[in-house]
Amino acid sequence: MDDTTLRVLATIVPLAPLAAFAINVFFGRWRLQHLTGLIASAALAISALAATGILLGTLGRHDAAIVMLYRWIGVGTFQIDVSFQIDQLSTLMMLVVTWISFLIHVYSMGYMHDDHGYWRFFSWLPLFVFFMLVLVMADNYLLMFVGWEGVGLCSYLLIGFWFEKPAPQAAANKAFWMNRIGDWGFMVGVILIFLTFGSLAFRDVFAKVGIAQSELLTAICLFLFLGATGKSAQIPLYTWLPDAMEGPTPVSALIHAATMVTAGVYMTARSTPLFAEAGPALLVVAVIGTATAVLAATIALVQTDIKRVMAYSTVSQLGYMFLGVGVGAPIAAMFHLATHAFFKALLFLGSGSVIHALGGQQDMRHMGGLKPKLPITYWTMLIGGLALAAIPPLAGFWSKDEIVNSAFFRGQGYEWFWAIGVTTGALTAFYTMRMLWLTFHGAPRDRHLYEHAHESPRVMTTPLIALAVGAALAGLVLGWPPDAGWVHQYLGPLFERAEAIDYSRIAVLATISAVAGVLGLGLAWLTYARRRPDPERVARTFAPLYTLLVNKWYLDAFYDHNVAGAFRWLFGASWAFDLAFIDGFVNKLAAGFQIGGRNLRRLQTGIVGNYALTIVLGLLFVGAAYAYLRLRQ
Amino acid sequence: MPGLLTAIIFIPLAGFIPLALAWRSDRASKLVGIGVSIVDLAVSLVMLAGFKIGEPGFQMVEKINWLPTLGISYQLGVDGLSVLLVVLTALLMVVSLVASWHPIQTRVQEYIAAFLVLETGMLGVFLALDLFLFYVFFELMLIPMYLIIGIWGGPRRIYATIKFVLFTLAGSLLMLVGIVAVYLQSGEPGQRTLSYVELLQRRSLFPVEFQTLAFIAFALAFAIKLPMFPFHTWLPDAHVEAPTAGSIILAGILLKAGGYGFIRFALPLFPEGIRASIPFPIVGQVNLLAVVLALSVVAILYGAAVSTVQRDLKKLVAYSSVAHMGFVTLGAFVLNAQGMAGAVLQMVNHGLVTGALFLCVGIQYERTHRRLIADLGGLANRWPVYTGFFGLFVLASLGLPGLNGFVGEFLVLLGTLAHNVALGAIAAIGVILAAVYLLWMFQRVMYGPLREAYRALPDVNRAEVIALVPLAALTILLGVYPQPLLDIINPTLESIVKLATEPTVLSVVAR
Repeated sequence: MDDTTLRVLATIVPLAPLAAFAINVFFGRWRLQHLTGLIASAALAISALAATGILLGTLGRHDAAIVMLYRWIGVGTFQIDVSFQIDQLSTLMMLVVTWISFLIHVYSMGYMHDDHGYWRFFSWLPLFVFFMLVLVMADNYLLMFVGWEGVGLCSYLLIGFWFEKPAPQAAANKAFWMNRIGDWGFMVGVILIFLTFGSLAFRDVFAKVGIAQSELLTAICLFLFLGATGKSAQIPLYTWLPDAMEGPTPVSALIHAATMVTAGVYMTARSTPLFAEAGPALLVVAVIGTATAVLAATIALVQTDIKRVMAYSTVSQLGYMFLGVGVGAPIAAMFHLATHAFFKALLFLGSGSVIHALGGQQDMRHMGGLKPKLPITYWTMLIGGLALAAIPPLAGFWSKDEIVNSAFFRGQGYEWFWAIGVTTGALTAFYTMRMLWLTFHGAPRDRHLYEHAHESPRVMTTPLIALAVGAALAGLVLGWPPDAGWVHQYLGPLFERAEAIDYSRIAVLATISAVAGVLGLGLAWLTYARRRPDPERVARTFAPLYTLLVNKWYLDAFYDHNVAGAFRWLFGASWAFDLAFIDGFVNKLAAGFQIGGRNLRRLQTGIVGNYALTIVLGLLFVGAAYAYLRLRQ
Repeated sequence: MPGLLTAIIFIPLAGFIPLALAWRSDRASKLVGIGVSIVDLAVSLVMLAGFKIGEPGFQMVEKINWLPTLGISYQLGVDGLSVLLVVLTALLMVVSLVASWHPIQTRVQEYIAAFLVLETGMLGVFLALDLFLFYVFFELMLIPMYLIIGIWGGPRRIYATIKFVLFTLAGSLLMLVGIVAVYLQSGEPGQRTLSYVELLQRRSLFPVEFQTLAFIAFALAFAIKLPMFPFHTWLPDAHVEAPTAGSIILAGILLKAGGYGFIRFALPLFPEGIRASIPFPIVGQVNLLAVVLALSVVAILYGAAVSTVQRDLKKLVAYSSVAHMGFVTLGAFVLNAQGMAGAVLQMVNHGLVTGALFLCVGIQYERTHRRLIADLGGLANRWPVYTGFFGLFVLASLGLPGLNGFVGEFLVLLGTLAHNVALGAIAAIGVILAAVYLLWMFQRVMYGPLREAYRALPDVNRAEVIALVPLAALTILLGVYPQPLLDIINPTLESIVKLATEPTVLSVVAR
């Protein structure tokens, strides 16, 4: 592909959704109304086709193409361009983002059909895609930061989409604020990169990685990773993501499962050359990722809201991805990012279909037995669920296995990450099965809702089927044979490859994790289908543990009350200080002058005798002083 | 074009002639005000078009000997530092007068007259190249603003306006002492001067102790005007009581006179003074530069913290200005190219965005007659256009990348981290806090269920849209493509940084 074509295509990819945003936000409410959905979907189709064109045109090309648009900010040595880097990593992300977005846009035309904010929805959603594409296509950290905060803004707008209700607003603010804490780290990290390397363009920075001191590089990477924990909902900044489920379900699918929350993984993978040299930074990434994976999976076990199960599952799966990056397997992490995008988007859209069918009910305690009513939703979600539970040969199995195996092969104690990862896999299978069973099997627990349930329209089920195909086959197509599949060949030139692949050991490890998955599924089936053991009795027997999990390890409460409370106190105290001391001092000073003036006024009696006496006294004083001074000389 | 700068300064005053002719009619007076300000904006754009990019020195210089025996001259000139502020002034003046179309119904003629005088004062401040002339214009700004707050203001207007005048006057009288001292130090009797360009060449005549004292005198005046922590308490009161247009000009331009003064006069004229240490109780010695930097970071965090808990919308925006102006002094005093460029961009962007925020608050107040956040809510339901504008300015104010506020703040933070990593990292926390107070405010005002009382209130009208659109367009444009502005300001700022960092004994001749 010649440079001009590439340039045109690379410009179309982000600009098509931006154009859809501009058209819809200006004309949507009054003129276009329901046309906005079509416009946005069409723009996304164009964008997805252009991205595919880029993939096909650059296959076999190994160096990155730079598409420079214009100089953005330039002061002295600080020169930043609006410029895209088209390489394997950004192309893969463009494909995932545009195609999944396209499917979700189509689905949303059905899901949001009766909402009076339809035009608004189809303004923010393409705007989100635009920022996400800027994030993944940027050739430097600052432009990436534009996309980074831009997707945060759209996330904020879409979580708070139903702004008349209090819960969505609170969730939206929480999401933006927690992300801003992470962004603080990201921004400081970016500035330190510039001060260290004299550039922010990926290619310049990575070429000079050797000149930085190890401690400084560690600090830079930890600052960047703090940003990633915000955006990708990792410990300690993950609590916003479950709350973000207040947004419409397609938003949860697109932003809070498939694309935006993976931005931190992408950024960390993109920065692998930095992290690799940054001493303990990668270990921190691996530990945080693993801890988040376990923590979120345990919380998912006891959630009753179908979307919240999915939300904690997303947090947990993102943890896996960071584990992959942390153990030095960015390709596996990116592979899991891609497969996860399929099956998690599918699961969210499927739960959206269920919620749609039940008139907005999200609580699984009111569901049950919906399988015959919602056949397409059921079968597609089953595929997605098994992919999430990492049952071979579905997508999740290949990518997740590769991450935990990479930890194992690393050796030197990293086997522990493998062990924890596999155990968490069993937990994952358990909560997935629990969610599927409570929703679709058993007897309907709410007769009324059950009677009125109906399968969703074609515009919604078609994307489900498309995603189900992806969730079923993406792992095999992209990742077979293990460690040498298409995705490895494709991304290979960007990353240093691991040493020779040992298929016999992989087979053993794969069997173990597949067994763990099946065990989890089976246990959940026994518990919820056969009631052996009875879930309520288990909850009673392990009451302290159960309470801990239901209360999400008390971390949300700690943040919402203790941390937020401390800041509220600090802000209030600052203002009290301002009023009492700073303004108080000024007003006291003014009052002092007033009192002084009032007292001095008494001297102005208006009686001539007084004045004459004062004059005489003054003359005498001056005379005496003069005489005294003369005498002293 | 000779006389262009004089024309820019005095066109508003010349507007008194048509204003006198239209004195009988309120409507005609307002039209005259808007017309005159548009003419001035057009002339300032001519100046911008004629401005030669890449030259650090003054352009379009005009010089007339005014009081030759005293070395005082009428001297004007424009460079990369002032050119944008001049255009911003002319633009915000149009916006303010358009925004006054509906709200101002009493003493309209006097109101327009006050604004025209104010405009002359502000433009003079940015264009004067003689310290005496600068001082005249600096004080000239004060009087009309005193009247604007005191006559067309809210219930506590007298308290607020007197506080404003006394604060500012206290500072500027100190500066007057400083100017006289500079004059006496500038040479032998008969050779003395107050010409800025001349003084730059005579910096070697200023010993370190002199520079220290002169810097303190000038800095106090500018610190009050800006305002820096802890001289800021006149600002919330003035803003709360001022009419909408007064707030726009106050936040948009008057505060910038402080930042401009720092960068134009205090830094290049007294560079040794900045680096000096002065005795201070308890700690013994303090370094003035460290004090200014510390106060700037305090302003950023403290202004944001106090904004968070404000109950009055205007007070919230006022305290947020304290935080934003902290970025200006921080960027100016880290004394590197990025920080300085960030400070100047921050001044321009804060002028646009905070002016726009005050405009939005005013539009809302016109309808609901409520400014307490607790009394508002749900307005997004009825006012989609208003919500769009207000939301955009809120996002720009909290420094969202891609909008104008980000560029200045980021450059300031970059410059600060280059100076001192810890200081920069702490200052950057202000960016988190900005999101907290702005979004929380936006939530309580715009979101939630609509109150019954506000159900029938109309969205923005045409005059308001006309006032909002240019601000919104610039907010986006200068965020997406700020480089043209940087091309304009960079050469001048580089020379100022050089003047402020090199030893004065070896001072290079400035143009």
